Amino acid sequence: MHITRHASFTMALLAAALTVAGCSKTEQAPRTTPDGKRIIVIGHAAPLTGAQAHIGKDNENGVRLAIEDLNREGFTIGDQPVHFELDSEDDQADPRMATTVAQKFVDDGLHAVIGHLNSGTTMPASRVYNAAGIVEISPSATTPKYTQQGFGNAFRVMANDVQQGRVLGRFAVSELGAKTIAIIDDRTAYGQGLADEFEKAAVAAGGKVVVREYTSDKASDFTAILTKIKGQKPDLLFFGGMDGQGAPLAKQMRALGLTSQLLGGDGIHTAEFMKLAGPAADGVVASLPGRPLESLEKGPDFKKRFESQYGKIQLYAPYCYDAMQVLARAMQRAGSTEPARVIPELKKTDYEGITARIQFDDKGDLKQGAITVYKAVGGDWKVLKTVESN
Amino acid sequence: MDILAQQLVNGLILGSIYALIALGYTLVYGILGLINFAHGEVVMIGAMVTISCLGWLLGMDLQVSPFLLITGSLLMAVPVCALLGAGIERLAYRPLRNAPRLAPLITAIGVSIVLQNLAMIIWGRQYIPFPDILPHEPIHVGPATFLPVQGVIVALSALLMVGLLVLVHRTRLGRAMRATAQAPSVARLMGVSVDRVIASTFVIGSVLAAVAGVMVSANYGQAHAYMGFMLGLKAFSAAVLGGIGNLAGAVVGGLLLGLIESLGAGYIGDLTGGFLGSQYQDVFAFLVLILVLVFRPSGLLGERLADRP
Repeated sequence: MHITRHASFTMALLAAALTVAGCSKTEQAPRTTPDGKRIIVIGHAAPLTGAQAHIGKDNENGVRLAIEDLNREGFTIGDQPVHFELDSEDDQADPRMATTVAQKFVDDGLHAVIGHLNSGTTMPASRVYNAAGIVEISPSATTPKYTQQGFGNAFRVMANDVQQGRVLGRFAVSELGAKTIAIIDDRTAYGQGLADEFEKAAVAAGGKVVVREYTSDKASDFTAILTKIKGQKPDLLFFGGMDGQGAPLAKQMRALGLTSQLLGGDGIHTAEFMKLAGPAADGVVASLPGRPLESLEKGPDFKKRFESQYGKIQLYAPYCYDAMQVLARAMQRAGSTEPARVIPELKKTDYEGITARIQFDDKGDLKQGAITVYKAVGGDWKVLKTVESN
Repeated sequence: MDILAQQLVNGLILGSIYALIALGYTLVYGILGLINFAHGEVVMIGAMVTISCLGWLLGMDLQVSPFLLITGSLLMAVPVCALLGAGIERLAYRPLRNAPRLAPLITAIGVSIVLQNLAMIIWGRQYIPFPDILPHEPIHVGPATFLPVQGVIVALSALLMVGLLVLVHRTRLGRAMRATAQAPSVARLMGVSVDRVIASTFVIGSVLAAVAGVMVSANYGQAHAYMGFMLGLKAFSAAVLGGIGNLAGAVVGGLLLGLIESLGAGYIGDLTGGFLGSQYQDVFAFLVLILVLVFRPSGLLGERLADRP
């Protein structure tokens, strides 16, 4: 009996320790740099520790590069030279931690936050930002619920799960020719949301979902559910989740002799996935909202500059860069950083970004949500097709 | 039938890994009455060191079999983990040996967080891929398939478990360990160097952890600074299921937990007519754990321990 008590005690302690670790310095606005520029602190939140830390760091670097660019070009707001500063916090991909981080930003008097990375963290955090009335632009949260809450202050620069799931569902049936489909999701807001939308679209397009299984965003063994799926012999297996799970999943499919086509969303469209899955990555199909970086005017230049500073783009860094640029330009047009004046300007955004032409609809979603489907060939993601989702 | 056979094989592989890690928990608990929550992190460090060494060996471009390369790297990871285990005991547990029971538990959690962050500083935040050198061709036995490396995992686990039982029940050190477990003060009076026995226990547990770390990373093809947490939790549950403090119990508990997870995920949907799906696989595993503990509070093979002084 001792043991069970110890275990629960451990959990409580762990939670307490993590909460303490999340708190750090406080910032006082307004401050100025030695050369008289006004300092504007921008919040950024993503998992910087834990299983998705590599993607979180990638996000942070995307925002950082945008801030460096803006500071270098001598950006002004209301004719006053400004200097952006980044306050990047770790939300651990944990919804509870996300609200703590959000509250810290609010308490520090920040006016705008780029984040969070995950749908599951963005949702609870958005309530905190909305109550405080500060701007939130998520680079990568794709759950449709985020912008359906009717918050005027919530924006995102990426197509949502409805748009992406719809494209993937149709693509699976019409382009990949799948008649029978198996689905696995990781039960996060993102994985489950995307899998739900995929299922709807695939069924509407004439596909048949023969089995739906579940895992977690911390799992690494999928042999049990894959064995079950193998018994159903589906043409295609859709995975709603991230690369840390997608890669061992692809490997275990091979080991078990499950030959279904593996299809996933943006969560597995990473450089890391290629490295982890090795030869098992070959032939995997995955989508990414937006157009291919190479096809956009400023894309290749961004890629070159980013990779020379921070290494390979993992996933959402370009979206983070765009989010920061869009935010800075709205502040400039408003001549202020006050959210009440910035938000109306954000809604009027029409910005040619590195991922897409960014315009928001009245909910804060992207107006044009192009989605590109890629196939893994020899360790690289090759473009199969770009689909307009609207 | 084919699916059942495959699920049993899946469960056996998973269970062997759990069992090997569970032995580390149970060994320390049996002797100190302490739950070494940093044990999962030792597994992780074992995996990380092996992958680093493997990268280094591959860089030398030796023309030898991949299993030999892995064995070589493992031989480098084992002393690192053994030192780490002994170091953890010396720094975090020994000064608190006579403190209230909760104190070493808290330092255990502290050590575990420190090791996670240390690993993140050394190896980075990303998943570390296990070099792709192992054969991909599955072996078919009847209706079931498994990879060669998985066969090695099961065989090696069995070998290590038998080795550990022999060590504990047939050697001088084993006798000293059992004596220390029964009554440390009396063992000390009989001339047993209790400190050395306890340090050896941590070293043995950590060596097993290093091997388990290699197995996990080779099997799943990746390692991560946080991989130890979930593994540790599962293995700890396995140790409790079998009766913590009992070596055979850890093996039984580990294998059982692996099988329950595998069969649970595979059949729970069919058994409940689709009402419950594989999202309940962990719930199912822990439900079994709760039921066992309700009827046998000291675990399947555990004996009721007399209160320690």
